[in-house]
Amino acid sequence: MLDTLWEALGLIGHLDAQVLAIVWLSLRVSLGAVLVGSLISLPLGAWLAIVAFPGRDALVVLLNGLMGIPSVVVGVVFYLLLSRSGPLGSFGILYTPMAMTIAQVFLVVPLMSALTRQVVEDAWNGYSLELRSFAYSPWLCVRTLLFDCRFSLVVAVIAGMGRAISEVGAVMIVGGNIFGFTRVMTTAIALETAKGDLPLSIALGAVLLSIVIPLNALAYGIRRWAMNRFG
Amino acid sequence: MFPIRLEKLQFCPNGRQVLADVDLLLGPEGITAVLGPNGAGKSVLLKTLAGLERPTGGSIDWNGGPTPAGRIAMVFQHPILLRTSVFDNVILGLKPMSLSRRELRQRGLEMLERVGLADRASDSARHLSGGERQRLALARCWAIRPRLLLLDEPTAALDPTATEAVEQLIREIRTDGTKVMMTTHNLGQALRLADDVVFIYGGRIREHTSNSEFFVRPRTEDAKRFIQGELPWRIAFTD
Repeated sequence: MLDTLWEALGLIGHLDAQVLAIVWLSLRVSLGAVLVGSLISLPLGAWLAIVAFPGRDALVVLLNGLMGIPSVVVGVVFYLLLSRSGPLGSFGILYTPMAMTIAQVFLVVPLMSALTRQVVEDAWNGYSLELRSFAYSPWLCVRTLLFDCRFSLVVAVIAGMGRAISEVGAVMIVGGNIFGFTRVMTTAIALETAKGDLPLSIALGAVLLSIVIPLNALAYGIRRWAMNRFG
Repeated sequence: MFPIRLEKLQFCPNGRQVLADVDLLLGPEGITAVLGPNGAGKSVLLKTLAGLERPTGGSIDWNGGPTPAGRIAMVFQHPILLRTSVFDNVILGLKPMSLSRRELRQRGLEMLERVGLADRASDSARHLSGGERQRLALARCWAIRPRLLLLDEPTAALDPTATEAVEQLIREIRTDGTKVMMTTHNLGQALRLADDVVFIYGGRIREHTSNSEFFVRPRTEDAKRFIQGELPWRIAFTD
């Protein structure tokens, strides 16, 4: 057991090329998904928070429900869409990092939108009279509220990043876990553990934790700083 | 925009009558104080004029038209300030007006200068004192150059010094050509600032008269009792 741990630390300490490549791809895919997901879910969540229309409540319930959608389900859906015989098969992106990013976007959007809606709705209850009295359009309200809630929304973005980087089902199915091409930390951990290569699994697990925990610490620090700076 | 004529205005959300057959004529100048006990309908009257509440009956005539020709701004009792600088807050009302960056900056700084907050422009707005917050709220409404400024208890919970500073600003805004309509529980303030007084009780306007007339010779018993401090602070609607 101790030998395995030392071997894992050795892989990290010596900046093993295989580990680095896997970590780098994981970050590229998940950061890309969170970036695209933020561009969709922050305005969408804020818009849902301030606009009333028939069916809004149903949409909110659907969004909340999709927060817990299993990643393998998203993986299967995108597999069917992107496979050769699927409607998007002509793009030829199945088993590529692009396909993994797209699948992760659909995993993080419901989570980030639902969190954004909750944060912005709370703010809107206080701001609606002020902004309406200045004849703000819904779009200008969305921009203003997203800006004002920016420090609280860091939590939504971090939650999205946590969801993306830690999921294994969707990237396994649409990425194929191809060595050197679509193998990311979570799929590598699953595979190497099954093969019995525990040092690599532990090393990747340690890297995963060393990314997720500082990210959360950063979010916490930003909020604390913002509370002191802006009230 | 003026005269503004309210005719048989009603506001009855969920069947609860808040404003009942309100008739009121507002001229283009001066300060109108809206007085009355809590729950009388003062704030709702202002919100209705600001377009924030839709009346359930009656009409508002803006110099012959159904909508106001000039800008209307409203300062709330507890103004919400964004989590950003004082300057960014003062230009809040200018954002929908498609001004250039230069104009925004110029007008924002000019307003902060006029309300005595120029040296706090880059500070966080949420770190301002109560009086400074209210001056900032006035400045951001003044910045859009409104024809009608509605103030909902603008000095509630302020100390006398801060109250005096806000009152001075209200006088300057009036001198600038803006019609001011304000609610207040401070009878001394109404006496100091107002040109005319609207007394509202139970959702109905009981008196609309000049300041001096209202405080010296109130026409209704309710107004007399209110001035003497005998009306209860919280009332049940009488109808």
